[in-house]
Amino acid sequence: MNPIKLALTYLRIGVLNEMQYRINFFIQLLQSFISVATGLIGLSLVFGQVKTLAGWSRPELLAVMGVHLLMGGVIRSIIQPNMERLMDDVRNGTLDFALTKPADAQILVSVREFRFWQLVDVIVGIVVISIAFIQLNGTLGILQIFGFLSALIMGGIMLYSVWLMVTSISFWVIRVQEISNLFEGLYAAGRWPVGIYPSWLRTGLTFLVPVAFAVTIPAEALTNRLTGTSLLIALGMTLLFVVLSRGLWRLGLSNYSGASS
Amino acid sequence: MRRYIDFYLATMRISILEQIQYSVANYFYMIGMITEPVIYLVVWTTIARQQGGTTGGYTVGAFAAYYIIWTLVRNMNIVFTPFGWEWRIREGQLSMMLMRPIHPIHSDVAFFAGWKFVVILLWLPLAAILSWIFKPTFDIRWMEVIVFSLAIWGAYLIRTMLLSLLGMITFWTTRVSAIFELYFGLELILSGRLVPMTLMPVWIQNLSNYLPFKWTFFFPIEALVGNLTDVQLWSGFGMQLLWIATGIFLLNIIWNFAIKQYSAVGG
Repeated sequence: MNPIKLALTYLRIGVLNEMQYRINFFIQLLQSFISVATGLIGLSLVFGQVKTLAGWSRPELLAVMGVHLLMGGVIRSIIQPNMERLMDDVRNGTLDFALTKPADAQILVSVREFRFWQLVDVIVGIVVISIAFIQLNGTLGILQIFGFLSALIMGGIMLYSVWLMVTSISFWVIRVQEISNLFEGLYAAGRWPVGIYPSWLRTGLTFLVPVAFAVTIPAEALTNRLTGTSLLIALGMTLLFVVLSRGLWRLGLSNYSGASS
Repeated sequence: MRRYIDFYLATMRISILEQIQYSVANYFYMIGMITEPVIYLVVWTTIARQQGGTTGGYTVGAFAAYYIIWTLVRNMNIVFTPFGWEWRIREGQLSMMLMRPIHPIHSDVAFFAGWKFVVILLWLPLAAILSWIFKPTFDIRWMEVIVFSLAIWGAYLIRTMLLSLLGMITFWTTRVSAIFELYFGLELILSGRLVPMTLMPVWIQNLSNYLPFKWTFFFPIEALVGNLTDVQLWSGFGMQLLWIATGIFLLNIIWNFAIKQYSAVGG
């Protein structure tokens, strides 16, 4: 079966499932507003003191916040639910049901869950980005749109790969819930451009948990800071992460002993 | 009274023994939690440096001290969550607890209180590492240490009351996650968790005086790292006691109404 068709089928099932609980849309909307409001209060506290933070102006940091929100929505709607289900499956031995299906197991475990309403965060993120963009009086050239979208997609793929690698550890170590907490904590650091962090933390946020690529670089594309070089580095890193995560996944899978063991 | 003391001591001992066994998991959890204050710390020290070393009366070293003590106070603030209450009520787990001859809240208070001793022990090396990285400046008097060691327990009890009250909303409706998020958002702003309250706009500071939140975060931290007078220290602790008493009072009243609503939705 064509993997794209497979993913779309699961997507449709996910949407249909979630459509039964429409009130969750409003609950999600309220939650998104709360996180935007606290984010805005944080920004206004910072800019009550200074005009720029490490060279970033207020609308520029608003753009960073928008991208962070958008990417967070992607993580919570697609990446995290699938990976958490995978962790549960490995622990309970129910991964058997996925492995015996005639499709690539990695694709299958990556598309089974879809939290439709979490996409509200993606939309709210886009709104925040648009407001930031208007405040910046920016002009949107073709090159800029291309840079932003490709940085965003590559960032998403990298985050997915890191999640898959962390989840693959559960083939050896059963309790990985705490590691995923750690991941969430580190992702929160992306609310601010990684340039403000001390170098040891910046390195971690670039190469261990690629928050730099997922949030800061797309935001740089919007604020005319992106260079072709960093986009190329992002491409190289994306390929590296994809290959590494695929390798670790297969290694872990060969270590999997199935149910009732 | 005697049986309560026995119950508390036994539950705390069990919790200490249990949590010591999970020290690696506890550590991962604590490290994950530390990213939050480190983010705030980096942002505010960046601002302080840009402004020549001080912002709102806080030097770079004072910010470091604030957010390092923050990590201990945050750990003391971890209590049985309202999401746990939701689970308890929705799944009917509460039924079992109601069978016991002691109010269910006591086992929460005692269990988490025992856990705190493990947490404080595990926190010490983390605090040492954070201090080595961020170089906090402390100017501590012994009276501050005394009030601080009492105030972290005061904060623990206030937050236990608040989050239990919040969790008990589940008796009436099971769609509570948005309400909980709203609460946590307000708490973030009004407690001193995001920034020291003195950096907040004056109207938020005034508002926070009438609410319990700042006594669970800002006050305990400020008791140790700030320059409060003895009178301020002890009256702050008095405010904590007042909020604990208010919490117990409200909890009793609402519990009496709530328990009549209880029908174990699932289970």
